[in-house]
Amino acid sequence: MTGALLAAWQGAVWLFALPPFILPGPLRVLAALRDNAGLIAHHAAITAAEVALGLVLGVALGAATAIGLAASPLARALLRPALVATQALPVFALAPILTLWLGYGLASKVLMAVLIIYFPVTSAFFDGLMRTPRGWLDLGHTMGAAPWRLMWRVRVPAAVPALASGLRLAAVYAPIGAVIGEWVGAAGGLGYLMLLANGRAKTDLMFAALLVLAALTLALYWAVNRGCDRLTARMA
Amino acid sequence: MSAPGVTLAGTARFGGTALFEDVRLSLAAGQWTCLLGPSGCGKSTLLRLIAGLETGAAFAGEIAASDGRPVAGRVAYMAQDDLLMPWLDVAGNVALGARLRGEAEDAGRRDALIARLGLADHAHKRPGALSGGQRQRVALARTLMEERPVVLLDEPFSALDARTRVDMQELAAETLAGRTVLLVTHDPAEAARMGDAVWLMEGGALYAVPVPGSPAIRPVSDPETLRFGADLLTRLRAA
Repeated sequence: MTGALLAAWQGAVWLFALPPFILPGPLRVLAALRDNAGLIAHHAAITAAEVALGLVLGVALGAATAIGLAASPLARALLRPALVATQALPVFALAPILTLWLGYGLASKVLMAVLIIYFPVTSAFFDGLMRTPRGWLDLGHTMGAAPWRLMWRVRVPAAVPALASGLRLAAVYAPIGAVIGEWVGAAGGLGYLMLLANGRAKTDLMFAALLVLAALTLALYWAVNRGCDRLTARMA
Repeated sequence: MSAPGVTLAGTARFGGTALFEDVRLSLAAGQWTCLLGPSGCGKSTLLRLIAGLETGAAFAGEIAASDGRPVAGRVAYMAQDDLLMPWLDVAGNVALGARLRGEAEDAGRRDALIARLGLADHAHKRPGALSGGQRQRVALARTLMEERPVVLLDEPFSALDARTRVDMQELAAETLAGRTVLLVTHDPAEAARMGDAVWLMEGGALYAVPVPGSPAIRPVSDPETLRFGADLLTRLRAA
C-alpha cells in the first residue's frame, strides 16, 4: 500500500514533469532529509519537547478536572456548561493571542497542546468515572467507604479504559497543537521549519519536515497506545 | 458479636403506584429469613431498603433493630453478581472493606478466611482466573471479613450451576451461623432449604409461610423439605 502510493507519487512527478518547488518526488524528499538531517533533528527535538510537556500537563489537568467533576455535583453544575462553551471557541484562533502573551518560546506551544487535548481527556475520563457499575458503589456504600476512597480505589480504576481512549486521542492531537503554535510564531520546531522552507521554495525540505512530524506522531501514538493497552489489561 | 433482629414496616411507592403497601417483615435475631417471590415483585427493593441503598422508590415507614441501635453500618451485602474488583487479587478483594475505610488490613484473619473457604491456592489470583463458584466464594469471604451482625443476600447463588449452588448454600449456612441473615431468592427449593423462616411476596403483600420442623439448613434430599419446596412453587405459580 505504502509502496504503491510512493510509486504513484514519483510517477506523477515524472509524468507531469512537475517542478520540484511544486511537488518534489519522494526520492528528492529523502535526499533533503539526508542532507538536512542535523537541522531537522534540531527542530524535531524542539517539537518533541513541546508535545511531551503538553501531553503530560494536558493529561494531568484533564484527569484532575474529570475527578473533580465526578466527585462534586456542585462542580458539575458550575463547570460543565463552561467547559462545553470553551469548545465553541476554535483553539486555533487563540494561537496568536497565546504567542502575544507567552512569547515565541516553548510556553505558548505547550499551552496550545494542553488546550487542544484538555477537553477530550476530561470528557472521556469523566464519562468513565460516571459509569462505575452500580453494584460496586452499593458494595462500597454498605462497607462504609469514604467518598474519596471509593473514588480512588474503585471509580478511578474502573474508569481506566475510558481514560485510555482519551489518552489515545491526546497522543494524536498534541502534535497538532504544538505545530499550530509554531506556525503562528516561533524560533524553532518542525512547524517553524516547514514555514521557513516553504518561504524559500525549498519544498523538498518542507516535505522532509512533514515526514518527520508524521513519524513523530505515529511513534507517540504507538507508545501511548501500548502503554494504554497494558494499563487496561492490568485493570481488567 | 450478638446479632439483633431487624424489622421493616411500611410502604414503598414508585411514582404513584405502590410497590408494596403496609408490609411488615421481621428478621429473627441470629436466624435465616428467606424472602421468596417472582422477579420484579419488590423483594430486592425491600432488601436494599434495609441495606440503606438507593432504590428509586419512596419509602414511608420504619426500619429498626431489636437492640434499638441503628441498622445502618451493621449490614454486609452480597449480590448475584460477585462484585469482585478485577484489578485486585483474591486477598485484595477479601480485604476490600478495610481498604475502603482506610483501616489496617487484618492479614491474619483475611488469610484464615481465604483458607476456610478453600481458596488458599488462589489467594494471589485475579478474579478473571477463577470459576464462577470460586468467585462467589471470594465474595462470601469478603462478606465474612466485614464481620457485620446482619447479612443481606440478594440472590447470591442464582447464577451458579446446581451442584455449586448447593455447596455454596451449605458453606454460607455454616460460615454465617449466628448472624441475622436475609436471603432474597426466586428459587423455592433454596428457600425451603435455607429458611428458618420463609416469607412469600406477591402482589405487593408479604405472607409468612410455616416451615418444616427440621432445622435449617435442610438436606437436599429430605422428603419434607422437597415437599415444602414443591408447595412454595405451587403457591408461586398460583399467584
